[in-house]
Amino acid sequence: MKPAPFDYVRPGTLAEACTLLAADEDARLIAGGQTLVPMLAMRLARPAKLIDILRLPELAGIREETGAVVVGATTRQAHAERDPVIRASVPMLARVLPWVGHPPTRNRGTVGGSIANADPSAEIPLAAVTLGADIMLATTDGPTSMPADDFFIGPMLTSIGQGECVSAIRFPVWPHRRIGVGFFEISARRSDFAFVAAAAQVALGDDGRCIDVALGVGGVGDRPLRLDMSSLVGTELDAASVAEAVNSASDNIEAMSDLHASAAYRRRVAGVLCIRALEQARTEAAAKPAGGAR
Amino acid sequence: MKVDLRINGVVRSADIEPRKTLLDALRENFLLNGTHAGCEHGVCGACTVLVDGEPVRSCLMFAVQADGYEITTIEGLAPAPGELSVIQDAFCETHGLQCGYCTPGMILAAHALLQHTITPTREDIVEAISGNICRCTGYGQIVEAVQFAADRLRKANTPRPHNGAPHHTQAEHDAPVEGVLAAAADDEPVVEPK
Repeated sequence: MKPAPFDYVRPGTLAEACTLLAADEDARLIAGGQTLVPMLAMRLARPAKLIDILRLPELAGIREETGAVVVGATTRQAHAERDPVIRASVPMLARVLPWVGHPPTRNRGTVGGSIANADPSAEIPLAAVTLGADIMLATTDGPTSMPADDFFIGPMLTSIGQGECVSAIRFPVWPHRRIGVGFFEISARRSDFAFVAAAAQVALGDDGRCIDVALGVGGVGDRPLRLDMSSLVGTELDAASVAEAVNSASDNIEAMSDLHASAAYRRRVAGVLCIRALEQARTEAAAKPAGGAR
Repeated sequence: MKVDLRINGVVRSADIEPRKTLLDALRENFLLNGTHAGCEHGVCGACTVLVDGEPVRSCLMFAVQADGYEITTIEGLAPAPGELSVIQDAFCETHGLQCGYCTPGMILAAHALLQHTITPTREDIVEAISGNICRCTGYGQIVEAVQFAADRLRKANTPRPHNGAPHHTQAEHDAPVEGVLAAAADDEPVVEPK
């Protein structure tokens, strides 16, 4: 339970961190360390060098842009959970954050760290994929970005390259006024890894019909999946339409099987949680007053 | 690597290998053995310390990462040697500890909660200690201890600093603190019979 020896460096700039990372394939980034340090302690990871990016000013902070909220990679999960901008503009992220680990791990764990770790059952990647967020990357050749759906490619696997660092996550902000969020997950204990998680966001028009809808499931496949719910746009999100849309979308999910839950269980629970999440999102949106701009 | 850490209000220095966790540094370099080593991979919460007032697992942090923060261990809570903090005392009174292994972590988690929540609900308390595993006392008496401590702290009417990030909006902050007047009303003045 003691990590193998490593060198520790704390670069002063993001560019320096990327250069250090690109120069040494046995180097790893560390920020909050809430997943990496257990891996080191169990010697499942033995990097020769740790590059500490937690205090880099370029990676900190939450800022609003036109149509988006950009969450710096080293934003602590506990901070994001309480942030008024995230609560108002990216309600799905605010809703899932209390389910990420426990209060002490959220005090150290970062939003970008959870993205880079790419656990298939993790809630932050689920919110990013469901909302169609962009993952902003710092590289030795300057900044770049890619859609969350392309970023996650498998369990703990991302398409990030050598010398690249997640710098921020750009969450799109829906322009609609009546937005509701739904989230459910099943795990063995509170805040433990989710066997299945479902997140939904719904926008309703003044007439109560659905204008926009996003639905995603985590823990089922080998990465978070966004399900196509476009058939629900224009409906009142009645039980029959929702069930039909969810059933046809979840039929094709390739579910994982492990000691905790079989593939059949995961697929079945996913369908139920998707329906519940959409229902919760619709109820929340419907409770908001109609009329006017956001 | 030479590291300067501010622990319980005192700056202490040591030459620490990068791979040494804050937990091991606290125990071995600074002889603060109240921080307990449990699972050493971030599951049990026995090693909880406060970093800038917020509970974190000291086994998931390297000592070399901990400079510049205000670190509080269980040794830093008592007002004076031989005395107990209100929360520590509440744990004794309600039998909130048996073997005591999880207790420092529980008390620090409760301390952080009660710094920013004056009237915690049972759910607030359960959430605050959800990352701390107890294998003998049972959570019932631990929750009771935190409730008891919250009640005493309300009645003590001591201002509490808001460490770390604000947990309340300004409106919530300015609102009258719920429970303060009620708590005072509960204390009927004892009238000595003449």
